[in-house]
Amino acid sequence: MTTMAQKPQSQAAGPVPAPELTGVQTITFAKALTLAMSDAMTADTSVLVFGEDVGTLGGVFRVTDGLTRQFGEERCFDTPLAESGIIGMATGMALNGMKPVVEMQFDAFAYPAFEQITSHVAKMGNRTKGRVRLPLVIRIPYAGGIGGVEHHCDSSEAYYVHTPGLTVLTPSTVTDAYIMLRDAIVSQDPVIFLEPKKLYFAKDTVDLDALRARYAPAATAAAAETSIGKAVVARQGTDATLIAYGPSVAAALAAAETAAAEGRSLQVVDVRSLVPFDDETVAAAVRSTGRAVVIAEAPGFASMASEIVARLQERCFHSLAAPILRVTGFDIPYPAPRLEKYYLPGVDRILDTVDELQWEDS
Amino acid sequence: MTNHPEFLEYTGNAGRAEGYLLPSATPVQLIDQDGTPATAGGYKENYSLPDAAVLLEGYERLVVGRRVNEQANALVRQGRMAVYPSSTGQEACQVAADMCLRSSDWLFPTYRDTVAILGRGVAPLEVFESLRGDWHSGFDPHQYNTALPTTPLATQLLHAVGVAHAAKLRGENTVVLALCGDGASSEGDFHEALNFAAVFHVPVVFLIQNNQYAISVPLIHQSVAPSLAHKAVGYGMPGERVDGNDLAALLAVLGHAVNRARNGGGPALVEAHTYRMESHTNADDATRYRNAEEVAQWVPKDPLRRLKTYLDDAGLLSAADSERFAAAAETLAATLRDGLNTETSPDPAELFRYVYSEPTPQLREQSQLLAAELAAGSANLEGALR
Repeated sequence: MTTMAQKPQSQAAGPVPAPELTGVQTITFAKALTLAMSDAMTADTSVLVFGEDVGTLGGVFRVTDGLTRQFGEERCFDTPLAESGIIGMATGMALNGMKPVVEMQFDAFAYPAFEQITSHVAKMGNRTKGRVRLPLVIRIPYAGGIGGVEHHCDSSEAYYVHTPGLTVLTPSTVTDAYIMLRDAIVSQDPVIFLEPKKLYFAKDTVDLDALRARYAPAATAAAAETSIGKAVVARQGTDATLIAYGPSVAAALAAAETAAAEGRSLQVVDVRSLVPFDDETVAAAVRSTGRAVVIAEAPGFASMASEIVARLQERCFHSLAAPILRVTGFDIPYPAPRLEKYYLPGVDRILDTVDELQWEDS
Repeated sequence: MTNHPEFLEYTGNAGRAEGYLLPSATPVQLIDQDGTPATAGGYKENYSLPDAAVLLEGYERLVVGRRVNEQANALVRQGRMAVYPSSTGQEACQVAADMCLRSSDWLFPTYRDTVAILGRGVAPLEVFESLRGDWHSGFDPHQYNTALPTTPLATQLLHAVGVAHAAKLRGENTVVLALCGDGASSEGDFHEALNFAAVFHVPVVFLIQNNQYAISVPLIHQSVAPSLAHKAVGYGMPGERVDGNDLAALLAVLGHAVNRARNGGGPALVEAHTYRMESHTNADDATRYRNAEEVAQWVPKDPLRRLKTYLDDAGLLSAADSERFAAAAETLAATLRDGLNTETSPDPAELFRYVYSEPTPQLREQSQLLAAELAAGSANLEGALR
């Protein structure tokens, strides 16, 4: 009897180790995620990966490519086409000692699983007074900029950040893709891991040995410091602070680059961890410049961007030289591919907004 | 199609899947409503009456379960509990569910399954912690291998599949039994759970307690399938229907399904035909949607009365047994009364303690705010539950 009784065994051979990638390498954001899962699965045999098309195909974005070959069909497997089923089964598996890392394939495809996520995943620890922890990671490719059709480009973070009990993370760099996914897998709490789709094929050069060393059993406490709850200053600057996360960080950095050429020094903060939110780093950054713009792709009304503005207003009011402004998606359904360029927060809209920050001498 | 040996045995190489998967032509019944051994026949398995000792234990559990339902209703009337979803009339389903499982197996109950949860050994006051309103639940699932009862319908069936799948991967000899009602069989998660269970071939038994009503909506508005057990065939697992007020038949049918799952035979769906004798909860008024004649028809089918008649007629139930069972029921009822009459004061600091494994900075701030309010005596508690 195999795990999947009805499924013919494709390869007779057992798990095949993936060719090991070590040292300094130029890899894509997607590959960093794959390596994070592969390394976590090697380190901890209770880590499982499953979802739609994640096995043989390696995921529609190839993020799980090779995991079935490397770890076998018991550790990385395809499920029936049923998002609630994936999350509900993952919940039960986490209850019984496993660490599922599941994929929702596309942001809007996760909505059928919303009840499982909000009613059970988020609340299990609380309902049991901490007697049960759900070390469960829900990977959701999200946001736009890829010319995707309907239901493939939503920025759905507001639904998750509004649900107590969920940790919500979104990386914007290749290094963070690796570190933050490993941190998510180590976490004892359920994590919504939002992957900006348009970054999947972005490349960077990273030192894999150094990244892995953070998770070695003998790693020092400092080296093993988690990214959960920690924002980072992605670019130093003195005139105003741009606050962004996930897919919008690149736009913020590009805007800062352009502004620098025009003689204005913009600081960029990458929030990274939407919940828990790093009030300290973000507020300190805004105090240092006195001006801030929050950038996000999602519709702005009642959004993560709104929350950031509210929190900064509470903490930094007396350091502010201007109201905090937002550059967000419009309050409309995510537009069709040929219209998305008008919707997405881009460099021009960010810089125009920066210009509105009550500059006395400009 | 599955190549499970049991399937081939039933169908032969040219056999039809339906013969193996479909439920028996009539609900399995081993003791009829008069307490007389029913003529076993026409069933797709050779179901036989459980041993006398098993039936006697089952009868004791029924007596205790009935008393729990009565006591809980009384405690709601006295304002000691927020609400109680009674299972009077359908206790046999819950008792059988417990009795066919080992302590190492898992039970996934719903909000109406208090009797089953108590039967798993969960401390009585832990069971009632949520019903009295102190916390949303009160016990450690791992301590009793019993999941917390769920209020959303059918969602727990998927958790059951997950526990079973993990058990299988870990090489545990665990069977998972998941309870739900007739209403839950309409939910999307019911479909996804049965489909996942069949595709992954995991050791789960799904038991639908068809008590004929989902709050006010009768079965005919829930499904027009030949029976809820027939739904199994669409998933590729065997279905069976059973008289849900006949403990002997429930033990036989569930016992068969659990053994089959334990031996690698995969999941099964069992539909128990029973009746919710009381309202959905104390907040409901069942007279608005069903008439007294219908309820009266189910009175003679009562699971306690029929098993008692059978045991009496067979000379298996002594007066001493009856006294002992009644005493056990009274002891439990007294435990519930005493426990729920004791004032508790849930710790407000706990509001923030279990949301994450470590409170976030935001929760620490909010916790400090409430602590400061409480210290200053300024917390606005008007209208709050005392």
